[in-house]
Amino acid sequence: MPDTIRLETPLTDEIVKNLKAGDKVSFYGTLYTARDTAHKRLVEAMDRKDPLPFDLEGQVIYYVGPSPAKPGKVIGSAGPTTSYRMDPYAERLMEQGAKGMIGKGKRSQEVVEAMKKYKCVYFAAVGGAAALIAESIKAVEIIAYEDLGPEAIRKLEVENFQAIVINDVNGNDLYEMGKEQYRVAT
Amino acid sequence: MRTLSAENITGAVKKLVMEANTDLGADVVKAFEKGLKEEVSTAGKAVFESLLANQKIAREEQVPMCQDTGYAVFFAELGQDCHITDGLLQDAIDEGVRQGYKEGYLRKSICDPFTRENTKDNTPSIVLVDMVEGDRLKITAAPKGGGSENMSRLTMLTPAAGKQGIIDFVVKRCEEAGPNPCPPVIVGVGIGGSAEKCMTIAKKALLRPIGEKNPDPELADLEAEIIEKVNNLGIGPQGMGGRVFAMAVHIEKYPCHIASLPVAVNICCHASRHKEVVL
Ligand code: SF4
Repeated sequence: MPDTIRLETPLTDEIVKNLKAGDKVSFYGTLYTARDTAHKRLVEAMDRKDPLPFDLEGQVIYYVGPSPAKPGKVIGSAGPTTSYRMDPYAERLMEQGAKGMIGKGKRSQEVVEAMKKYKCVYFAAVGGAAALIAESIKAVEIIAYEDLGPEAIRKLEVENFQAIVINDVNGNDLYEMGKEQYRVAT
Repeated sequence: MRTLSAENITGAVKKLVMEANTDLGADVVKAFEKGLKEEVSTAGKAVFESLLANQKIAREEQVPMCQDTGYAVFFAELGQDCHITDGLLQDAIDEGVRQGYKEGYLRKSICDPFTRENTKDNTPSIVLVDMVEGDRLKITAAPKGGGSENMSRLTMLTPAAGKQGIIDFVVKRCEEAGPNPCPPVIVGVGIGGSAEKCMTIAKKALLRPIGEKNPDPELADLEAEIIEKVNNLGIGPQGMGGRVFAMAVHIEKYPCHIASLPVAVNICCHASRHKEVVL
């Protein structure tokens, strides 16, 4: 197993270009959460040329809608949601400088092409390992769209948040590579 | 005629939804341990290790194993000689969901299909009732996440498609779903019935303890054939390559119309949650 690569956010083109599909990474620093409706609102704000609730330059977006925090905890369970639902919006966020997306599941060809063009990487965290993942989240602040409840945009401070590179900036795809390696012809 | 108060049902449902989301069933934990042994890919093994650690944290800290605490789906078997007093069954269950999702710090994930406005209490719930003999009410809570539910498909094959058509459809659906439903999964398959019956039995098949074969040898053979084909795709845990995409394939069948051969696939992620109570 290759060593885990430590990634401190925000990311730069230099860092992103060196990541390869299959690399294990561990995030330290800030991640911003956004899922379906938050993406829609962000893109609508861009269309209206309104200021965005946060600067996307170099940032990593985590597709998650956490469960409510129990008393004494900073967050509830917080695993990734399925990413393809954000495909219609992903390129718009990359145009604004987003350098990473964390979710689970396959992306569309358009998103993979946009990732090559804008130098952005797609990572997966273990879908459903939500109680475990929550342990790497140290602080949470809701910064926009509070009315959306679990879908509000949250600023997370993370330590040792583990993920795997699925699509790198060269168009490689771990899901395809994995299937090819382990497929048994019948 | 025995009477059962709606309040009783509400209290039981509240407990069920909380437990279902924090305490993963022993059959699922056993399937993770088996998967960890059988999986050959390093990345796949690591997934099973994470899932074993995750369910332990959820149980010990009484937090949901997955943030998506699901659409609250219930299978109810209501004895014909049981009379519910002081309210409707649906309302009693909804109230239990309302209380359980609040007190259990579970996520509220239900919204209007157009405005996407959240109902904020995870209601309404889906209650599928079968009338049975006796004077008891059995309720099984089966909260289901959106990620795996979105991978469901129904097809109305022609009778000529036969068994091969069924196998091809299920295998193709699993390949298309790939990493999306959070493998390792349980594949529920319904064969026959009408369109809605077919999907219902596919979902009901997920309630069977993992890996318990269908008592009908013909269906048990079909389950074995499909799981082999599906796992041979190489998708593996979380879709990162490996041998264990499905921990089980469970099939249920029902008589169908002479003109049709309905087949439904309802995939359940590894957060396979169900808890039951008899009142
Ligand atoms: S598919 Fe299941 S395990 Fe994955 S995020 Fe949804 S509920 Fe959780």
